Amino acid sequence: MSKDKLFIILQNTEGARPFTEAFEQENPNAVFKYDQPGMIRIENNGFLGITKEVVSELAGHEVDLQELHLVLVSLSGHVDEDDDYFRLSWN
Amino acid sequence: MAKKLNMRKRYEVLTRGLGWEPTYQPKEKVFPQETYEGIKIVDWDKWEDPFRLTTDAYWKYQAEKDKKLYAVIDSFAQNNGHLNLSSASYVNALKIFIQGVSPLEYGAHRGYANLARQFSGEGAQLACQMQSIDELRHSQTQIHTLSHYNKHFTGLHDPFHMHDRVWYLSVPKSYFDDARSAGPFEFITSISFAFEYILTNLLFVPFMSGAAHNGDMATVTFGFSAQSDESRHMTLGLEIIKFLVEQHEDNLEIVQGWIDKHFWRAYRVLGLVSAMQDYMLPDSPMSWKEAWDIYFVDNCGALFKDLARYGLRMPKFHEQATDEAEHLSHQVYTALYQFSHAAAFHTEVPSKEKMDWLSEKYPNTFDKYYRPRWEMYAQMEKEGKRFFNMGLPQLCQVCQVPMSFTEVSKGEPMKLSQRVTEFNGDKYHTCSDGCKDIFDHEPEKYAHAWLPPHQIFQGNCGGAEIPDVLKYYHFNPEDGGDYKGSTDEATWKAAHGLDDQQTTPEKSA
Repeated sequence: MSKDKLFIILQNTEGARPFTEAFEQENPNAVFKYDQPGMIRIENNGFLGITKEVVSELAGHEVDLQELHLVLVSLSGHVDEDDDYFRLSWN
Repeated sequence: MAKKLNMRKRYEVLTRGLGWEPTYQPKEKVFPQETYEGIKIVDWDKWEDPFRLTTDAYWKYQAEKDKKLYAVIDSFAQNNGHLNLSSASYVNALKIFIQGVSPLEYGAHRGYANLARQFSGEGAQLACQMQSIDELRHSQTQIHTLSHYNKHFTGLHDPFHMHDRVWYLSVPKSYFDDARSAGPFEFITSISFAFEYILTNLLFVPFMSGAAHNGDMATVTFGFSAQSDESRHMTLGLEIIKFLVEQHEDNLEIVQGWIDKHFWRAYRVLGLVSAMQDYMLPDSPMSWKEAWDIYFVDNCGALFKDLARYGLRMPKFHEQATDEAEHLSHQVYTALYQFSHAAAFHTEVPSKEKMDWLSEKYPNTFDKYYRPRWEMYAQMEKEGKRFFNMGLPQLCQVCQVPMSFTEVSKGEPMKLSQRVTEFNGDKYHTCSDGCKDIFDHEPEKYAHAWLPPHQIFQGNCGGAEIPDVLKYYHFNPEDGGDYKGSTDEATWKAAHGLDDQQTTPEKSA
C-alpha cells in the first residue's frame, strides 16, 4: 500500500464529534490538525477508516454512517463505504 | 414486511433496476452526445458510485443541511452579524464571490442537468442529477446568505447581470462556458475532476476558514454546507476518470488532454481566489502559497501517483503553476488595484500589518518585487494621485485575464509574459505557455472569445466612455474605486460610532 498522505476534513462541531473521535480511536497513527478555524483536518498515511459500531458507541445511539455527509468538508483518496464502515485509501 | 436491503443492494436496485433499453428509437438517437467526442464506453454497468446515496437519503440529508443553514442566516440577520466583521473591506471578497462564483454554481446546475439527460448509464445519470440539484442549492443559498450584506454594502445588487458582461468576471464565465460548450465527457472531466477534485479545495477550504477568521459566520455556514456536497462531487470526479480510462484504452489520451487543458483553465480562474485570499481578507489564516503546497503539491502529487497505474500523469504546465505560487496573488491584485475604478468592489494599498504578513509568507518574493510597488502606490496616494489605469487592458485570448503575468518559470519575474499565434491571418495573444497551448489546439473555438475590452471598443457595451460602460454593467458610481473614502467605509464607520439605541447603521447615500 502506498504511504502517501490522505486526509479528511470535518466541521469542528458537536455533530461531528462521534466521527472525529472514531477516527481517533480507529486510526492510532492519524494526525489531527486544528489550526484552521471551524474545521478539523485528519491526516494519515495511505488509509483512514471508521466503523458504525464505534461511531454509534461514541454517540450513545445508533448512527447511520451516511450522517457523515452533514459534517464533511473535504477528503482525498478513494472512498469505500457500506452500512457498517467508511474507508479512504490510496490503492 | 420485506426486510430492509443493505446499502449496496439499495443502490444497485436504484441505479440498475430502473434503467431500460429503448425500443422505439435506436440508442444513439436517444443519447446523441455520447459518442462524438471519441470516448468509448463498453459497459456502463461498471460504473460504481463510491457514495451509495439513494434518493430518500439524499433528500433527508440535504433538507437537514438547509435547515441548519437557514437557522444561522436568520440569526445572523437578527443579530446584525455584519457589524462583527473584522472590517467592511472584507466584504469586497464576498462581492467577487457572488459576482464570480455563484453564477458558476448555477452554470454547473445546468451543466449537470444536461449530463443527467445525455449519459445512458443509470448510475452516472443519478450522480449527475443529484449534483445538478446540489449546484442549484449552492447558488440559492449563496444569494440568500449574501442578500443580508446587500442591505448594507455596495456592489452586491446584480451579480448575475454583471457576470455575463464585466471584464474581470469574463475570467470565470469564459471558463465555464468553455466547459459547457464542450461534449458531456469533456464537461465532466473539466468540472468534476480538473476543477472540483484538483482545485476546488483551494477555493473553499481556505476561503471558508478565512470567513471564520474574519467574523463572517454566515459565509462560513453556507461554505461548509456547500462543501459537504462538494466532497461528494470530488469523488464523482475521481470516479469518472477511473471509469473512462478503464472502459477503453483509446480514452486515455483524450482524457489526459482534457485534464491538461482544464487544469490550466481552472488554475487561471483561481488567480482571482489567490488575490482574495492574500489581499482581500483583512485577516488571512493561510496564504495562497501555503494552500497551493497542501492542496495541489501534496494532495495532487499523491493523487497522480495513484493514477499512474492507469497511465495518467500530472497535468501539463503544473510546474509553472507551482513556480508562480509565490507571485500569483501579488500580480493579480495589482491588476485589480489599477482597474478598480471600473469594478464593483474596492481595493486598497495593503496596510503596514498586511505587508509584514506578506513579507513573512512570501520571503522570496514580496520584499524584493512587490513591496516597493505598493510603497510607490502609497506615496502616489499620499500626493493625491491614487493610481488608476485609464486604458483598457489587453486580455489573454484564452483565460481572459489582463496580460500582466510574467516569465516566472524562466527566472524573469519582472518580464511580462506574452505569446502570439497567427490564425486565419489574425494575431491572437495569450498570457502563458499553458493558454497558448490551449489556443493552438482549438483555435476555431477561442478565436470566437467574447473579450470585454474588444467588445467595448466595438461599441457593444453601452457606449464609448467609462460611465456608459459601467451603466451597461449595472454598476453604481459608489461601487468601485479605492476602499478609502468609499460608501462602504463610511457605512462601517458610522455603524461603529452609533449610540446604544440604534441597532442598524444608516445606509449612506
